[in-house]
Amino acid sequence: MVRWLRTRWRAAAPYGLGLAAVLVIPAVLGVIPGVAPGYILYLVSLAFIYAIVAIGLGILIGYTGQISLGHAGFFAIGAYTTALLTLRLGLPFVVAVLVAGSVSAAIGFLLGLPALRLSGPYLAVATLGFGLAIPQLVVWQGSWTGGSSGLHGLPLASLPLGAFTIVFRTDQDYYYLAAGVLIVLTIFARNVVTSHTGRAFVAIRDSEIAARAMGVDLVRYKTTAFALSALYAGIAGGLYAHLLHGISPEDFTVLLSVDFLTMIVLGGLGSVGGALSGALLLTFLQNALTRLPVVHDFKNLYIVVLGAILILTIAFLPHGLAGVVRSVRQRWAARVRGGAPRVDQIVELGEGSGVR
Amino acid sequence: MTLDLPWGQLLVNGLALGSLYALTAFGIVLIFKTTRVITFAQGETAMFSTFVAFTLLTALQLPFAVAFVVTMLFAGLFGALIERVVLRRISTTTVLNPVIVTVGLSLILLGAAGWIWGYEIRTFPDPVVGPPFHLGTVVVSQLNALIFLVTLVLMTVLFAFFRFSATGIAMRAVAENRVAAQLMGISIGRMNALGWGMGTAMGAVTGMLIAPINYLDPGMMGDVALKAFAAAVVGGLTSLPGAVLGGLLLGIIDSVAGFEVAELRNTIAFALIVLVLVVRPAGLLGRHETKKV
Repeated sequence: MVRWLRTRWRAAAPYGLGLAAVLVIPAVLGVIPGVAPGYILYLVSLAFIYAIVAIGLGILIGYTGQISLGHAGFFAIGAYTTALLTLRLGLPFVVAVLVAGSVSAAIGFLLGLPALRLSGPYLAVATLGFGLAIPQLVVWQGSWTGGSSGLHGLPLASLPLGAFTIVFRTDQDYYYLAAGVLIVLTIFARNVVTSHTGRAFVAIRDSEIAARAMGVDLVRYKTTAFALSALYAGIAGGLYAHLLHGISPEDFTVLLSVDFLTMIVLGGLGSVGGALSGALLLTFLQNALTRLPVVHDFKNLYIVVLGAILILTIAFLPHGLAGVVRSVRQRWAARVRGGAPRVDQIVELGEGSGVR
Repeated sequence: MTLDLPWGQLLVNGLALGSLYALTAFGIVLIFKTTRVITFAQGETAMFSTFVAFTLLTALQLPFAVAFVVTMLFAGLFGALIERVVLRRISTTTVLNPVIVTVGLSLILLGAAGWIWGYEIRTFPDPVVGPPFHLGTVVVSQLNALIFLVTLVLMTVLFAFFRFSATGIAMRAVAENRVAAQLMGISIGRMNALGWGMGTAMGAVTGMLIAPINYLDPGMMGDVALKAFAAAVVGGLTSLPGAVLGGLLLGIIDSVAGFEVAELRNTIAFALIVLVLVVRPAGLLGRHETKKV
């Protein structure tokens, strides 16, 4: 009897975990604003915004196998488009963010076109240049972008809902906004990667030639992946501009692009949940490092830690945190059956960051 | 763009700057050809080596020529060490892994340099002092003359090395066909380390010669590395002469653009990269590699 219960419980545990996640995550999300001080809420909102970029970048790098070292460029495009539209034209925040996402996606589509002919390293160089060029263009067009001093005093974000309008005034309001957008975009990303589009992305990542032979339209799917990940970065940029109430070109350095890359590498390439957890973890880590009492030179420490995370993850956890979770789960499942892993699990283990 | 620019002067300055880009680009291409890894740490290894040179020059008061050679040796060993300790352990079955790892390396070097030497902008001691040379209306500073001389000597030595020495030919064989080279008894590991060492030393030369023109701080090589990448891509990532040609071209464009629209120099480099990749993906002198199934 006891034994029967134990096996039942073990078999049910993975599903139980999933159910618990569905119940616990919204509860935690809902409780945080009640207990956390404003600064923590701001930080969590920032982490959510970065997570949006990371999920988009994960679709591009982790699923489609196209490298980008310049996603801070798309983030900047989104932030500047939103800021300019609300500040100069007085457009509603929601409209501005949607336009920003579309503009960013359109530019992502254009950058995806040369990417059709480029393989890994060339693409990395080209996107690196893109990320460096955007802040420079912003400074150059200083008369309407505010130049190197940036744009400040953005109006409060607001969301018109039929008759009345929600205005996001406090850190708490903003936290709900960021969490809401993140949840919607996470679900959307999960749906995309499990759809036929997602399978086409993975096919391209694993072998372009094989994908083409199977009838996957490279032009369509590569540019789609670029546009999609730029859309995510653009929307996140719009949220970022309003979270900070102001932006300047210095917010969008190459280091930020590398931050985004580190988030998805740490979380695990080819996993939406990995990108999400990597983004949260890295944002909190960055903040924790600034608070260390012994370190007065935070910037250097952070840069070194970032570099170490990149190298050590690739060397020892090639599938990132998501890979660790996956192997633990499989070991668990294997123990329940008391035998070897199922075939589909072996296949799943073999998948991952196969960028060619 | 107006036509009454001081073309001669811009050309000379551009060629000097371009020689420096060419040296770094040469290093990138050399590492890429021998190890199939495109390094994003080239700028930072060069910056780190330049700080070593700075320490040799100021703390130890060594003469410039001695410090120059010692730093080149240091950079060579440093590059070989990076290959041995880090890159050899990384699976290169995907293109993404080496990109991520070299980006990580560049961050660690950046942070380490900031830690050791700090972020204040320093002036690097001038390697040569004296009145500039005049060629008609064009002024060639002693430093620019030194840059031309060093580049010329290095290129000649490297040309001879790859043409006549057994090791150089072995490196070319590895670049051509790794499996066949290995079957001929060439140690791939040793050639990889050598490629990294030589490539890193080339970057260090750029650092030591550009620091007196610009300044010395941990961020000094950021823009230079982008130009060198652009140069390598323009010339074709697989062609050493292409890297030199690309570097000189980039230097001239940079010099003219710096005169006209200084704030857009990185953007122009980026536009050039995209343009070349769209029109001629293999670069000016590169060979297009077809993927075999």
